[in-house]
Amino acid sequence: MRLTDNDFQLFGLPETQAQDRATIDGRWKALQAEVHPDRFASEGAAAQRVAMQWAMRVNEGYQRLKDPLKRAAYLCELRGAPVQAENNTAMPPAFLMQQMAWREALDDAITEAALEALDDEAAQAEAAALAQVQRLLDDNHDAPAAAAQVRALMFIQRFRADIDQRLAALEA
Amino acid sequence: MALLQISEPGASPDPHQRRIAVGIDLGTTHSLVAAVRHGVAECLPDAQGRVILPSAVRYLPEGRRQIGAEALAAQADDPENTLVSVKRFMGRSVADIANPERLPYRFEQRPGMLAIATRDGVKSPVEVSAEILATLRFRAEDTFNDDLFGAVITVPAYFDDAQRQATKDAAELAGLKVLRLINEPTAAAIAYGLDNASEGLYAVYDLGGGTFDISLLRLTRGVFEVVATGGDAALGGDDFDRALADWALAGRTLDSAHDKRAVLVAARAAKEALSAVESTELVASLDAGELRVTVTRAQFEALAQPLIAKTLTAVKRVLRDAKVKSADVQGTVMVGGSTRMPVVRRAVSELFGREVLTNLNPDEVVAIGAAIQANQLAGNAADGEILLLDVIPLSLGLETMGGLVERVIERNATIPVAKAQDFTTFKDGQTALAVHVVQGERELVSECRSLARFELRGIPPMAAGAARIRVSFQVDADGLLSVSAEELTSGVQAAITVKPSYGLSDEQIADMLKDGFASADADMAARKLREARVEAERMGLATRSALAADGDLLPQDEREALDARLSALAAMHGDADAIDAAVKALAEATEAFAAERMNRSIARALTGRDVSQL
Repeated sequence: MRLTDNDFQLFGLPETQAQDRATIDGRWKALQAEVHPDRFASEGAAAQRVAMQWAMRVNEGYQRLKDPLKRAAYLCELRGAPVQAENNTAMPPAFLMQQMAWREALDDAITEAALEALDDEAAQAEAAALAQVQRLLDDNHDAPAAAAQVRALMFIQRFRADIDQRLAALEA
Repeated sequence: MALLQISEPGASPDPHQRRIAVGIDLGTTHSLVAAVRHGVAECLPDAQGRVILPSAVRYLPEGRRQIGAEALAAQADDPENTLVSVKRFMGRSVADIANPERLPYRFEQRPGMLAIATRDGVKSPVEVSAEILATLRFRAEDTFNDDLFGAVITVPAYFDDAQRQATKDAAELAGLKVLRLINEPTAAAIAYGLDNASEGLYAVYDLGGGTFDISLLRLTRGVFEVVATGGDAALGGDDFDRALADWALAGRTLDSAHDKRAVLVAARAAKEALSAVESTELVASLDAGELRVTVTRAQFEALAQPLIAKTLTAVKRVLRDAKVKSADVQGTVMVGGSTRMPVVRRAVSELFGREVLTNLNPDEVVAIGAAIQANQLAGNAADGEILLLDVIPLSLGLETMGGLVERVIERNATIPVAKAQDFTTFKDGQTALAVHVVQGERELVSECRSLARFELRGIPPMAAGAARIRVSFQVDADGLLSVSAEELTSGVQAAITVKPSYGLSDEQIADMLKDGFASADADMAARKLREARVEAERMGLATRSALAADGDLLPQDEREALDARLSALAAMHGDADAIDAAVKALAEATEAFAAERMNRSIARALTGRDVSQL
């Protein structure tokens, strides 16, 4: 177990997109139970510093592993097909059309019900795209295709965040 | 868990049977200290049997001061020199204070943080808080007739970095070793969790004197995970008092500080009475005569409604952040004296669709939870099985072109956390870069809180966009931030670490200590020596325990070198500087060993254990 191990090695998990969330949570808590600085509060500054490094590393891995999208992006990178969202905009063509339709629908939605219906639709698309990413990574071993799908998923997430903001504005 | 050390009976390396560690709730209106005694956490009373210390400090002539109930009693007569609710000013500038003209204080802007002019000179909120902390420290030391090992101090979950740093500075000034700052709702959950063995998703609704916090915690087998947190750092019982006072005055304006204070005190008394009765009288003696108004509970509840609605909006936002529905929450813990108001209990029960939990004293629950955690951090708990996994309350980011915020660490990230982001230069030949660190959720820098600014200089001239400047954020387990920046491509090292600009510098702290706070009647040198020896003892103990547990990791010669250092340290007595230097050297010498031990403990944790048992 080293600080430089990749997230999957650190958490003792197989390097696959398919993961059980409860297992990840359990591993995270078990790791933190061993390395958290509070475990060494009565020891010297050196132990505190090392413990903090470890706790940060464990939290970093946890943030990536527990989020299916971040996990997929990380796997793409490990397999030599980094997502590079900022300078690569290639994604499935049909998806672009859908994006535009959604954006128009969001502009038109003014009630809470309309916004929630739109969010449900986006959530379904997100789930389908995540399943597709998992097939591409775990069954087809096609990291470049998975990376394109991850980029599409990033759009869906941003879209859902926008819906969320609109809902928040309605509630406030 | 690994690293539990067991020594033979009678052969304990610990000179004391147990270390005295306390939990302190440093509140806006009142403060408490609690400790685990005979296996039970309880609030410690003062000589008169009172557990609550009003957070009030009155500065008297000739450098004397009154702290607590005596100060509070004099509040209306000597408002300018009687400082209350200073928690609201921690880490704040004058511009941050809403309606300063309504308060009886003479504010002064100092670099970083406001200060208040009193007859005993200008006082920083940090110094005032330190007076309160020192009073509680002496109370605990008198109770146990022993020095304190350390303290866990609670802060509102919503406190930003500047406010946390100010709290830690106050503790240092009061001569307290801070084992950990923990969030008040987390402390409340610890108190409830252990008493009631609760498991599942819980909300903690904490409406204190000056702050409102709402937190969602997941409790599972001794792990307290803060899932999300939110609130309002400037909303509390004081606002209810003010709403009632304004209503009672019915448009009359008051000029004297005495009157302003008197009507607030009267409003608070009426508010508290209305928790038990349907109608009461608000009575205040003002310069222009007596103010006497009858107020019913229904009238007060109507005034309270907008304030309660603000808290409920924050609750909904936290639920949305955590992506859970109110029905998923298995219980809501009520904390803070303001939750005694029936109208508050009713509104929160309605939102969650079930009765809120009120079986622990809402004033004491935070201090008690902090004491339980302090006891564990000091190594006293037999089966130290609580683990706090806290989150940062507000996002941290940097100013980029056009006054926009680039978020580096998102709010609700579990701490400790470190994250680095790479930036580049904007102009050809640019040799310096301004780094502006901000905290908050808004897109514009102007709407976020500015935490620190610094410049990275000495970047070798390059074409625009060629430099790679890595800005690293690090938030430690207390939620305190440090930021550094470094240019990577040239190999030239240029890095800087900052403390938040709202905190006090180490020099300011040293000056205040020298000015004689807390050590007014103690000899500085003696105190320094005592502290050095406590630290040496602590360090020696920790190293011996570590060697006993994992000494086999060290080659023979390194082991002997460490043993020699330990013996040398134990033999040192009179020279504080020499002891400090030896402690530091020992810490450095054991760094690699500490890392090895950590590796072993991780390997142990994950080897041969079924995941379902973790």
